Amino acid sequence: MSKLDLSRRTVVGGLAATGVALTAGTGSAQGAPVKVGELNSYSRMAAFAVPYRNGMQLAVEQINAAGGLAGMGGRPLEIIYRDDGATPGDAVRVAEELVTRENVSFIAGAFLSNVGLALADFANQKKVLYLATEPLTDALTMGSGNPYTFRVRPGTYMQTKMLVDAAKGKGVKRWAVVAPNYEYGQSAVAAFKRLMGAAVPGFEVVAEQFPALGRVDAGATVGALAQSRPDGIFNVLFGADLTAFVREGNTRGLFERRTVVSLLTGEPEYLLPLGDETPDGWIVTGYPPEQVTTHGHQAFVTAYKAKFNDTPRLGSVLGYVVPFMIRDMFNKAKSTETAAMIEAFKDLTTQTICGPVTMRAIDQQSTLGAWVGETTLQGKLPTMKNFRYVDGAEVMFPEAEVRAARKI
Amino acid sequence: MDLSFFVIQALSGLASASALFVIASGLTIVFGVTRIVNFAHGSFYMLGAYMAVTIVPWLLQFDRSPTLFFVGVIASATVVGILGVIMEVVLLRRIYRVPELFQLLATFGVVLIVQDVVLKIWGPVDITGPRAPGMRHGIEILGQRFPAYEMFLIFVGPAVLGALLLIMHKTRFGVLIRAATQDREMVGALGVNQAMLFTGTLFLGAFLAGLGGALQIPRLPANTGMDLSIITEAFVVTVIGGMGSVPGAFIAALIIKMLEAFGILIFPKITLVLVFLLMAVVLVVKPWGLMGKPEVASGRAVLPEGILNLKGFSRTETVVWIVLTIALLLIPVFGDTYKVKVGIEIMVFALAAFSLNLLIGNGGIVSFGHAAYFGVGAYAAGLLVTGPMKAPMELALVVAPIAGGLAAALFGYFIVRLHGIYLAMLTLAFAQITYAICFQWVEVTGGDNGVVGVWPSRWAASREVYFYVVAVLALSSIVALRHLFYTPFGYTLRAARDSATRADAIGIDVKTHRWLAFIVAGAAAGLAGALYSFSKGSIDPTMISIGMSIDFLMMILTGGIQTVMGPLVGTAVFHSVKDFFMPLTDFWRFFLGVSIIAIVLIFPKGVVGAIEGLRERMGRGAPAPAAPAIAKEAA
Repeated sequence: MSKLDLSRRTVVGGLAATGVALTAGTGSAQGAPVKVGELNSYSRMAAFAVPYRNGMQLAVEQINAAGGLAGMGGRPLEIIYRDDGATPGDAVRVAEELVTRENVSFIAGAFLSNVGLALADFANQKKVLYLATEPLTDALTMGSGNPYTFRVRPGTYMQTKMLVDAAKGKGVKRWAVVAPNYEYGQSAVAAFKRLMGAAVPGFEVVAEQFPALGRVDAGATVGALAQSRPDGIFNVLFGADLTAFVREGNTRGLFERRTVVSLLTGEPEYLLPLGDETPDGWIVTGYPPEQVTTHGHQAFVTAYKAKFNDTPRLGSVLGYVVPFMIRDMFNKAKSTETAAMIEAFKDLTTQTICGPVTMRAIDQQSTLGAWVGETTLQGKLPTMKNFRYVDGAEVMFPEAEVRAARKI
Repeated sequence: MDLSFFVIQALSGLASASALFVIASGLTIVFGVTRIVNFAHGSFYMLGAYMAVTIVPWLLQFDRSPTLFFVGVIASATVVGILGVIMEVVLLRRIYRVPELFQLLATFGVVLIVQDVVLKIWGPVDITGPRAPGMRHGIEILGQRFPAYEMFLIFVGPAVLGALLLIMHKTRFGVLIRAATQDREMVGALGVNQAMLFTGTLFLGAFLAGLGGALQIPRLPANTGMDLSIITEAFVVTVIGGMGSVPGAFIAALIIKMLEAFGILIFPKITLVLVFLLMAVVLVVKPWGLMGKPEVASGRAVLPEGILNLKGFSRTETVVWIVLTIALLLIPVFGDTYKVKVGIEIMVFALAAFSLNLLIGNGGIVSFGHAAYFGVGAYAAGLLVTGPMKAPMELALVVAPIAGGLAAALFGYFIVRLHGIYLAMLTLAFAQITYAICFQWVEVTGGDNGVVGVWPSRWAASREVYFYVVAVLALSSIVALRHLFYTPFGYTLRAARDSATRADAIGIDVKTHRWLAFIVAGAAAGLAGALYSFSKGSIDPTMISIGMSIDFLMMILTGGIQTVMGPLVGTAVFHSVKDFFMPLTDFWRFFLGVSIIAIVLIFPKGVVGAIEGLRERMGRGAPAPAAPAIAKEAA
């Protein structure tokens, strides 16, 4: 799909009311829908998952209004949404239900890493294709990777590398790190130490804090970090932990005259709740919806606002991108056979509102990137400045490492 | 460590302790008077925060004054207090006469409902509240900056403590609260209007929770995870302090938060485990908490909750169970793969629930942490199969119950020394410690990602074959466990449950028998855990979480703890309800909560208990025993 084409359709589709999707008319999709099962934590992780589903619905509507899946005889695309209960046990049962009862051609989704890994393994066992959209853990494409699992979003390592690339020029040597104490936090810190250590001679970590997820004791943590007198802080906290940490740190002056590098903090999901306390100049990965102008992005923002009366979040972007990848995959595979779909996904390039996204064959990880920039306040609105879109291709695991981890 | 840092860190600890105490004091008062383990307390805390981020900014529009800020905070707390009254009048009042555990179940139903209501009203995005006017800045102390608001919080705790002590000692309401905490039956016998007392207590408790939540808004955004993140900590504080003791809660909050403030300097990863380790140590040394007293009623002969009249199967029952078993075994023949999957899960959970009822219904040992043994079994099996040994499934299924039994032997050794709610809380503490190890020890357990690739051996790889593997193991274990209820061992356990003193007097070694029961139940749960992990192909910490333990409790309570076979029916009902609502709507937790409350209100003895009651009333079963009537009077 060309850039121009996309923006026009986006506007048309966005202004059209719901229900356009399945009404038969000239140019719209026809025949029995091709079903895809999508599981996510719509209940427990609603802040991310609901905007994500909105993005998907918008994209599916536009795809079907524009003639559906050309490679499948113009059949419409249908996504069946299910709650994964936010636990691997529930998720695997729901996946089974989608595959056996709804006869979906493949499954997609999951937010939590453990749910994603469990679904990936389920897919491997049952020989079903699984498109992991949101889970961040590197295990999904590396150590626990399998031929049936593809991942869309840039993983923990990729996002950490984006930040290290952006911050290493500052030459800061004394770092303090703070991360939630679970796999995501620990592997982000490990990647940071490895990459920053290689980039900056004399790099050292002078303090590490690993508060329990969801119950950071912000005062004590800020105190412990300040005590070590670092020159830079690497933060992996997010959500409510992050807000508490930022407030406490602001009052106590923790961030003054220090370089702060922070994972995911620029995503509206986590940035907006910071409100007027948003610190200035943190180097973050994220998404500034109002400011991205490339690849017809503002048409998407307009259509999204028109349909949902809300600004898109990072989840919305991801949700919007994924159905187009699915469409292109079906157009290439021309079949719902798992083997054909897997082959089609490999090295498939899709034109998206983030630019071209390719599904790298070797680790089945897409090159979807993220925006890296600095946090700032525009009036009262927290957003990013000096940002650029970093293509995922720039920060992927080296192929040799992938081969070693995936044993191929 | 220089002095200024030491002082600042201590002040941070004091501020957090103060905030925690406000919340925990409400929980301990409610428990003291009503004996309800109020899971909804965390929900009140969350509601307090959400009310405050709604009310306070609105008030501050008129004038950014500290006064209006605190008016808003108090108003939010009052609204939450009123919600507490509503919960008491609408729900709790109807179930004071049902077994205490059922009240816990009902409050958990409220937790689920509140979660979805909050999501519906305020949306999923965290809402950051305003800072307190006039307290935005930091105060310079020994050259370091300390937030003014935290300084203020340090004084709130002692102020609330003082106010509570004043109420307790100077008002009639307070005197009644203390009296009821000491001996509820006596207060009732003296003609005190219990309904009013309980309503008032719930108001006070919910008010304090709401106050705790509202006071947090300058520090924490209002978010949908607040309820569950605070509730365990609040429980720990009340237990360490002694259930019902307000000064105890104050001291416990201080100890926990000071330990945390300095503990993270030496062990930066310890926070999750620390509080539970502390609780375990305190309970082992002081079984009634720091300032709690042995319950007066604990020496009194009360009819226990649990299996009272042990009956064998009547002929009809035998036929019914045989038919049900055959129907179950035919699922792979007639049902699709999904039904088979659900069938496997129901059998697995039924085994876990059945083993839990050996403890609760038969032994009077209320465990809030049965998922620990379920999880240990699962992890033992999962790590064996995927680890360097690459052991086959068969070996893993042998090792899992042994691992579950060993864990139960270790934890049970300490647990069986305690009584009542303290015992329950120690089971919870051990479960949380196990959870924290699996969640945070990423190198070995894979952390929250868990470990994948836990699939059955090749011959059992098909769903249908694995179904029969589970059927054979789970059903035979259930039959064996059921047999235990009828052996002298089962009778001994019930004797020890009904009166530990009398059982002791006739020469029964109560502790050892309870310990053995614990080990058996742990082993069975371990087997169930392993069977479950092979059915879903992975292990992960959610299998050990509090949520899982509560699910098991739900299952046996839904079925009825007064019956032997109830847990099996309860498991099927509970799992089906969840499975029914989950695909229907994002708000499935709301409907699950409503279903739970409906079950509590309609079947206060569980589904099977209700069926048996119906049969007795129709005069076909055994003659109605006098026992339930006495139990009602005692409650």
